[in-house]
Amino acid sequence: MGKQPLLSAKDIEIQFSLRGNILKAIRKCSLDLYEGETLAIVGESGSGKSVFTKSFLGMLDANGSITGGSIMYEGVDIAKYKTEKEWLTIRGKKISMVMQDPMTSLNPLKKIGKQIEESLTLNQGLRGEAAKKEAIEMLKKVGIPDPERRANQYPHEFSGGMRQRVVIAIAVACRPQILICDEPTTALDVTIQAQILDLIRALQKELNMTVIYITHDLGVVANVADRVAVMYAGQIVEYGTVNEIFYNAWHPYTWALLSSLPQLGVKGEDLPTIDGTPPNLFFEVKGDAFAPRNRQALAIDFEEEPPYFEVSETHRAKTWYLDPRAPRIEQPDSIKRLREQMAKAR
Amino acid sequence: MPEREKLIEIKDLQITFGSGRKKFVAVDHVNFDIYKGETFSLVGESGSGKTTIGRAITRINPVSAGEILFKGQRISGRISKELDREVIKKCQMIFQDPMASLNERAKVDYIVSEGLINFRLYKDEEDRKRKVEEALREVGLLPEFASRFPHEFSGGQRQRIGIARALIMEPEFVVADEPISALDVSIRAQVLNLLNRLKASRGLTYLFIAHDLSVVRFISDRIAVIHKGRIVELAEAEELFLHPLHPYTKALLSAVPIPDPELEKKKKLVVYDPTMHDYSTDQPIWEEILPGHFIYGNKKELEGYRREINA
Repeated sequence: MGKQPLLSAKDIEIQFSLRGNILKAIRKCSLDLYEGETLAIVGESGSGKSVFTKSFLGMLDANGSITGGSIMYEGVDIAKYKTEKEWLTIRGKKISMVMQDPMTSLNPLKKIGKQIEESLTLNQGLRGEAAKKEAIEMLKKVGIPDPERRANQYPHEFSGGMRQRVVIAIAVACRPQILICDEPTTALDVTIQAQILDLIRALQKELNMTVIYITHDLGVVANVADRVAVMYAGQIVEYGTVNEIFYNAWHPYTWALLSSLPQLGVKGEDLPTIDGTPPNLFFEVKGDAFAPRNRQALAIDFEEEPPYFEVSETHRAKTWYLDPRAPRIEQPDSIKRLREQMAKAR
Repeated sequence: MPEREKLIEIKDLQITFGSGRKKFVAVDHVNFDIYKGETFSLVGESGSGKTTIGRAITRINPVSAGEILFKGQRISGRISKELDREVIKKCQMIFQDPMASLNERAKVDYIVSEGLINFRLYKDEEDRKRKVEEALREVGLLPEFASRFPHEFSGGQRQRIGIARALIMEPEFVVADEPISALDVSIRAQVLNLLNRLKASRGLTYLFIAHDLSVVRFISDRIAVIHKGRIVELAEAEELFLHPLHPYTKALLSAVPIPDPELEKKKKLVVYDPTMHDYSTDQPIWEEILPGHFIYGNKKELEGYRREINA
């Protein structure tokens, strides 16, 4: 892609100190984000997908810090930001975030309208009537019926789906350039989930936003994403367009994720699973972090960390399988059959 | 269909909460049977009453009308103390959120054997220890985990502890209330496999409660779709996926995200509007429209469904 990235994270390293031990949550992670696209980051819990994106907003917990790398955004390296004052020029204004659980991300003691106004006052300097009007406008935009009355209600009077709409209204109230959605639908019902995804897509178009989805649901990824990045143990192990990841994945972890989908199960047979657990990031990881769980791991996987190999111009995978010296390894049948099986499942 | 042994029979079940003006009917006129050895799934959105039904069977929620039979014996309402104990023993439950359903202050050893202790189901301390060990092994955990606390485990392991706790009572019937919705994708497959394996080795019968139809297809024999406390459609799993009839079932099926970018982006979302049913004059009934395929509708709708089948 010849385009200039909107945000470019390079070799980001993030450490947390826990009871005197150092946890390397993110180990040299690079990511380019292009204007107007929808990027999905997938991975299991603990892979660092939330931590990585939170670092774009300066929202790491107090015991965590960026210890290496750079995040270039609008010509400035925001990874060097230290004070809250600096972060406030970005957070909520230019980059904003929708949290996972709408039950806990709203203030239960404050009226909905006031919570949206709060963000407007802080970031746009709107006050009084003007802020109120804009808040109601936002509620209308996210599809809440009867917004004038609803703005005067408290979060407990809203259902889960409606609350998530409010959270989205707060996040986009200041027309951010980048919206990060951290598992926006995991706590919701399937029918509501489809509505929320549609809403985010409509808002993205209307407000011209770039969206990052963090999710572990590959169905959601297929629905929304233009590009996908797969994270494992604090690293992006493979990235490419959504079709490249679903139909032509190369990293064994991506294979494992795709083939453990319950939709692909055959009754009476076990679903393929991923053995073992992710590596303990308190210790140095040697070689490919996924190797101990990979039944087809090569000897070198345990010795040396693989670099990124290019599959296509937009698609890269961090696995020795793609090295010209590696023995010929075929993609597993389940990946090849994925498309047929999904077509049949309909 | 050959005569199969009915383990659970639910007849005209109604469950209400509150009374007077605040009365809320959570489950209304629900009828279904669960055969021995099958996995029966209840699917619906939150607030549809699916969990309430599961809890009624395990005698956690009282029933306001109708009956629940277990092996032909009534287990709802007032029953003898012996039968109550029997039901508690034979019908176990696996809960949704493994982070919330384990006692944080108790060791795994106690959590797993609490049922045994309550019912004095062990000869001596040694016997109890052995049983705990066996249960832990069966769900793929190490026996030495017994001396640890729940916070030392990951979500998948905690759910396994929850399963071990249910299994140690040697139940015949297990209500699994969304056992995998709080888990990670990679762990979901493991827990599903475990449940399936236990079903085969122990001859268990499951009532599986879920809101995600995609998961249910892989494990269940029959599926019932519930909406606002009423079952709207019930059929064998494959039949329901291939020939969904009720508009709500169709809406649910269309909402499930397909992990395939091309299909998913072409997919059309069906939205269910409950006001489409006009039940003012023509009363709806619970009708077996095809062998084993039940649907809730009035005469006019049933005709429409029949045309759809023949088309």
